[in-house]
Amino acid sequence: MPLSLDDDERAMLAGEQGPAAALSMRIITELGRIRGAERLVDIDSVHIDGCIFYGQAGLDFAQRLVALGGKVRVPTTVNVGSVDLIHPHLILQNTDYEKWVAQGGRDLMQAYVDLGCRQTWTCAPYQLDSRPGVGRHIAWAESNAIVFANSVLGARTDRYGDFVDIAAAITGKAPCGGLHLDSERHGDVVLDCSGLSADALAQDVTYPILGYLSGAIAGTSNPVFVGLPADVSEDRLKAVGAAAASSGGVALFHVVGRTPEAPTLEAALGPNAGAPVHHITAQRLNAARQELSTAREERLDAVSLGTPHASVDEIAEAYDAIVGGPPLAEGVAFYISTGRSVFAEAERRGLIAPLEAWGVMFVLDTCTYVTSILRPGTRTVMTNSGKWAHYAPGNMGVDVVLATLEECVQSATTGRVTWDRDLFR
Amino acid sequence: MSAMTGWRVTSGNAEGPVLKLSEPVSFWGGIGPDGRIIDVHHPQHGAEVTGRILVMRSGRGSSSGTYVLAELLRLGIAPAGIILTEPDGIIATGALVAAELYDVHMPIVTVSEQDYAAIEDGVTLSIDMDGDDAIIALG
Repeated sequence: MPLSLDDDERAMLAGEQGPAAALSMRIITELGRIRGAERLVDIDSVHIDGCIFYGQAGLDFAQRLVALGGKVRVPTTVNVGSVDLIHPHLILQNTDYEKWVAQGGRDLMQAYVDLGCRQTWTCAPYQLDSRPGVGRHIAWAESNAIVFANSVLGARTDRYGDFVDIAAAITGKAPCGGLHLDSERHGDVVLDCSGLSADALAQDVTYPILGYLSGAIAGTSNPVFVGLPADVSEDRLKAVGAAAASSGGVALFHVVGRTPEAPTLEAALGPNAGAPVHHITAQRLNAARQELSTAREERLDAVSLGTPHASVDEIAEAYDAIVGGPPLAEGVAFYISTGRSVFAEAERRGLIAPLEAWGVMFVLDTCTYVTSILRPGTRTVMTNSGKWAHYAPGNMGVDVVLATLEECVQSATTGRVTWDRDLFR
Repeated sequence: MSAMTGWRVTSGNAEGPVLKLSEPVSFWGGIGPDGRIIDVHHPQHGAEVTGRILVMRSGRGSSSGTYVLAELLRLGIAPAGIILTEPDGIIATGALVAAELYDVHMPIVTVSEQDYAAIEDGVTLSIDMDGDDAIIALG
């Protein structure tokens, strides 16, 4: 069936809401036609990923929409950009390429502000005050935000990316296909974690590893976890999703007994009752962690936490692990990436100043793996993020260890990479 | 091969030599600023896509591939056209945006598995549109 539009949508396409809305509607309707959608769906909010600077075309597109008088029609948040607007000195500008990215990145971020986006500059929009509810349609970009919104919030977004995100924001519409539809939201493969010990399930680092394994197993289909604690925290689910969307293309997972569309395994699987089951063992967790950890040297250059952006709780955990303990070793850089609003809340709680006094560098508005922040010569980095560990070796040519928060902090105080390769028993 | 009819993903006409890939390439991280395949894991690493009819089974990789394709089209070093077996929103969006911004119209077409198998690397093909039909013929 061809894509059918209602009167308002046709009027927008015809230019009655201005040229920016017409341009945006052309992109949304063409994408709908290409994907076989039968209609468009009204969306409640948009999260923009197109604000990271990758080249002139992205800047040209945003500035064209500004010049045509474009304004977002629904509440719109923005992902990290390529610049920390609050701590611009953190962004290296030594090479011509770095200077080009810094200037282009700044211009691009300004264009999205001019289009009416809220200046959130975070990859974790689900940590902000207004979150979409169960069953609400949204158009979010940035893979970790997409998977969190679908899985943990139960909202409905397909995989949106650069350009389509802002077109959806300006029209308030998205093609009604993919994960907007009931039929696409059932689980396809089961990861049975009931064989893991209580100790293993209590470790933070277990969750990015589970995400990494689920992405490798599920690819772009929907994994279902059984045997995880019913009270597993949002931060841990965030880590699962971010890693699953990095090692695979997961945009929705279910945790039986925890996430909104998985009260039972039967409900999560729906018509896929015979889905294959993978049993997750301690051995498999150790092996996956060793696979992600490429570091071969003993000397530690940096620690990077906060990918996706750290929550207030995660900053509080870092505070507990760091403040009052031994000092940061000389030569080790310690970064925590987070969003402006979380940073402000952590500051109100008195968490920031003691951490900064110890040596933590807070990176706002951006992230240590999308722009030039790490000092030249950085070779070995420890992180508690499966996503960071997955991308950093390729993106930045550094070696990594995926570690617990305690291992990261302890290594940062000695300057030597220390981790238990057989943590899971 | 004889002339075949595909389905229009994006509009445009093209003619050029076929570069048929043995596996899909991601534009993001896979095609460099010189129009060549830079993914070192790709079997056709080093091959030039500029001006070719790029034939691959499907799209692949990060949604930021839209950016890369739009940038290749802006610089005039993109493929002349792309033939796939299934529509790909990431690639299509890059072409749609470049058409809006730069008035460059790169055709993207889907064909059946059978027609896909019949297309040989290196031959010159033309792509012309007739409504939603894409007519693919030897050049």
